[in-house]
Amino acid sequence: MDDKDKKIASLHLKLMPYLEKYGILLLLVIMILVMHILQPDVFLSWRNVTNVFKQISWQSMLALGVFMVIVTAGIDLSVGSIMMLSLMILAVVAKAGAPWYIVVITPLIAGFLCGLFNGLGITLLRMPHPFIMTLGTLYIFRGTGNLISGGTPISGFTDEVRYLGHGRIDLQWLGLEKSQYLPVSLVLIAIVYIIFWIFLNHSKTGKWIYAIGGNPNAARASGINVNKILVIVYSLCGFLSGIGALILAGRTDSGYPNAGLQSELDAIAACIIGGASFFGGRGTVLGVFAGVMIMGILRNGLNLMDVSSFWQQVLIGSIIVLAVYIDVLRRDLGTRK
Amino acid sequence: MSSTTNPLLEAKGITKYFGTITALENVNLKVHAGECLGVVGDNGAGKSTLMKVLSGLYKPSAGSLFFQGKEEILESPRDSQNLGLEMVYQDLALAGNLPIGENIFLGREPTKNLGFIKLLDFNKIKELTNAHLDKLKINVKSADQKVEELSGGQRQAVAIARSTAFNAKVVIMDEPTAALAIKEVGKVLDLINSLKKTGVGVIVISHRMDDIFTVCDRVMALFQGTNFAEASLSNTSRDEVIGWIMGKK
Ligand SMILES: Nc1ncnc2c1ncn2[C@@H]1O[C@H](COP(=O)(O)OP(=O)(O)O)[C@@H](O)[C@H]1O
Ligand SMILES: [Mg+2]
Repeated sequence: MDDKDKKIASLHLKLMPYLEKYGILLLLVIMILVMHILQPDVFLSWRNVTNVFKQISWQSMLALGVFMVIVTAGIDLSVGSIMMLSLMILAVVAKAGAPWYIVVITPLIAGFLCGLFNGLGITLLRMPHPFIMTLGTLYIFRGTGNLISGGTPISGFTDEVRYLGHGRIDLQWLGLEKSQYLPVSLVLIAIVYIIFWIFLNHSKTGKWIYAIGGNPNAARASGINVNKILVIVYSLCGFLSGIGALILAGRTDSGYPNAGLQSELDAIAACIIGGASFFGGRGTVLGVFAGVMIMGILRNGLNLMDVSSFWQQVLIGSIIVLAVYIDVLRRDLGTRK
Repeated sequence: MSSTTNPLLEAKGITKYFGTITALENVNLKVHAGECLGVVGDNGAGKSTLMKVLSGLYKPSAGSLFFQGKEEILESPRDSQNLGLEMVYQDLALAGNLPIGENIFLGREPTKNLGFIKLLDFNKIKELTNAHLDKLKINVKSADQKVEELSGGQRQAVAIARSTAFNAKVVIMDEPTAALAIKEVGKVLDLINSLKKTGVGVIVISHRMDDIFTVCDRVMALFQGTNFAEASLSNTSRDEVIGWIMGKK
């Protein structure tokens, strides 16, 4: 190696960590630019941008939950069903005339308990892989949701119940117009993501979640109670799905049997696009957010351009494969040979 | 070390079953402060299993452990760590996705208080890691380097650093040189010698007679899960120890 090569190689090594951390944001920015060029009048309008955030609001909760599970090298296929069951319980409780503060916490508790059920099943029943337990509960939770609601939609919630999913923060005091409001769900996303970023990166439990994904034996040998941490992770994932149910209740004003159908796949896709590894121990909260945004912007942009939903499926699938392939290439470059 | 003083760590009558397999049967072991005990035996003799019982990773089917003369029941590696008993596992048990410092402090991270929540103190982790690596004369580019980017010898050094970062009284090393290049072996043996000098009791499992005869004071052989032979280093020879491994006295 001559001097110049060495310089390039060392520059390379210095840049790698940044690319690893922020590369996905680059992809997001490029996509925003492309959409803006294709739809200069509409795409970056206040109305459309808030629309994108409203559309990704509940998905972003499921994706964050699934992300934590994927970091432990696990998987949760049941998040869509947890959300649906939590939503149905909310609807039934609301129809029974419970006060709004009870209605609002029921989906959170229901989601948490569903997640706890997953976590205990995986650890206590010693399921060979979380895939199996959560595949089972994917059916169990959705079936239960239909049993308690009789398989029919239940509509009509009060404004308090709908606040997180449907509320608006008026910005006229800033001199903006009435139509230029901030959706409450956007603020909620920001708060939840910041809290979980701190949790995963700056708390002991968060560090242990990454350690378990990196090498569960190392975690065990360090005296970490791996099963306890796994139960916490699946419970939190369920809790986030419960928040998703509350947001969805606000957005749609109803509980319906198909709520969240196949949304577990969207959540997994967002994590993978965002750089999480199925082998565990890798990925960032920022990456998941970018993954959710990329999927949301893609759907939104293609809708604006009147592209059929069949093409949307093809494109999203292609982005998943492409994003992971870029990751493979990046890793090749990153390993010194 | 004289054997009249109390042993630091003593295991009596350890038996361990895995289903129908008897991995250990009625095994005894002791190690004194500042002493290095070599443990030898053929593959499958039960060496790793015995060490995992000592570290609390496995619960023995029968038998008892004494630490500084007091009987202890270990529920998890956390319990043995709290007693000052550290283990370097054969597979090293490091999380490759985490930096060196976070591996060394994994499970025992220093924290700082921010109001009522406790956050990891990354500066302190880095500071303590650098100081500790310096003390052990271990060279790495930075404490922030991920373990998966390190060479085999460096990883072994990190695993040893991990086992000595908390004032260990006993350090158990399972085949610490097996995966190393020749020039890296010397460094690990130097580390063991300097540990002994600070009064730490060391147990080393190794297949390499060079290791045993360089750092150990006493050697014991396991054969098919039982105590087979034991002698102080001055009373035995390489050929005799090799014979023990093959089940010949
Ligand atoms: N977790 C386990 N489950 C079942 N059998 C095991 C387990 N660990 C070790 N054994 C068995 O116990 C015996 C001793 O193994 P081990 O302690 O690893 O030997 P060594 O380290 O001396 O090579 C072997 O027969 C091995 O197959
Ligand atoms: Mg072994």
